[in-house]
Amino acid sequence: MSTTFDQVATIIAETCDIPRDTITPESHAIDDLGIDSLDFLDIAFAIDKAFGIKLPLEKWTQEVNDGKATTEQYFVLKNLSARIDELVAAKGA
Amino acid sequence: MNLEYFHLIDRIADLNVGERTITVEANVPEKSTIFEGHFPGFPLMPGVLLIEAMAQTSGWLVIAMNKFERMPFLAAVKEAKMRTFVTPGEQLMIEASIVHEGSGFAMTAVKVSAKGKMVCNSTLTFRHVPFPHPDLRGHMETMAQRIGFPTEAIAEERNNG
Repeated sequence: MSTTFDQVATIIAETCDIPRDTITPESHAIDDLGIDSLDFLDIAFAIDKAFGIKLPLEKWTQEVNDGKATTEQYFVLKNLSARIDELVAAKGA
Repeated sequence: MNLEYFHLIDRIADLNVGERTITVEANVPEKSTIFEGHFPGFPLMPGVLLIEAMAQTSGWLVIAMNKFERMPFLAAVKEAKMRTFVTPGEQLMIEASIVHEGSGFAMTAVKVSAKGKMVCNSTLTFRHVPFPHPDLRGHMETMAQRIGFPTEAIAEERNNG
């Protein structure tokens, strides 16, 4: 069974036409992979569907804008994968 | 339709929040200054305005889904296909459904039909935000009345939580 990171990396590669082997757990979706907010909607759509969750993008954006969180917490892929795992676990609880 | 004012839909024929679908009627005017240039001697409804009509139809559905508290803005148009010419005087039916409700965005599938035949279709993405200005909200409320948006039903749903 593939890991959450593998699934996310595959979604990003296919959605944004980014070579899969350039995407690592340390990659920052915005700063390293150059994904803009519109492309990220397509990624969020694919993640929502694949994992049966709803990524709280608005809440995350608000937290970053308010200085309560950094973009790294949500958009470095290992962290994004961890957030997805939390959302999946919360859904099943 | 009043093309010059970007009024691209005339009446909401059906809006079903539970099913996440909307159907509207949109009548292409016989005359418009737009047809003078598009095209002389061969007037056609511009494809970009058909896309706008699909966006406005979807937009009312997104507004209803968000209980008239948020304003959708068109963010992406995918796979738009203009399947046949649309000419002055045609009566169009536009049907949209929600494909996905994300956090702060929504995707819809839309199709436009004339005489029972699909003339164009697309998948659209919208970002939606709380109404950014009271004037905009007021304008949308006026438009809602004009096209028969079921404001009372939405307000009732909002009050019921």
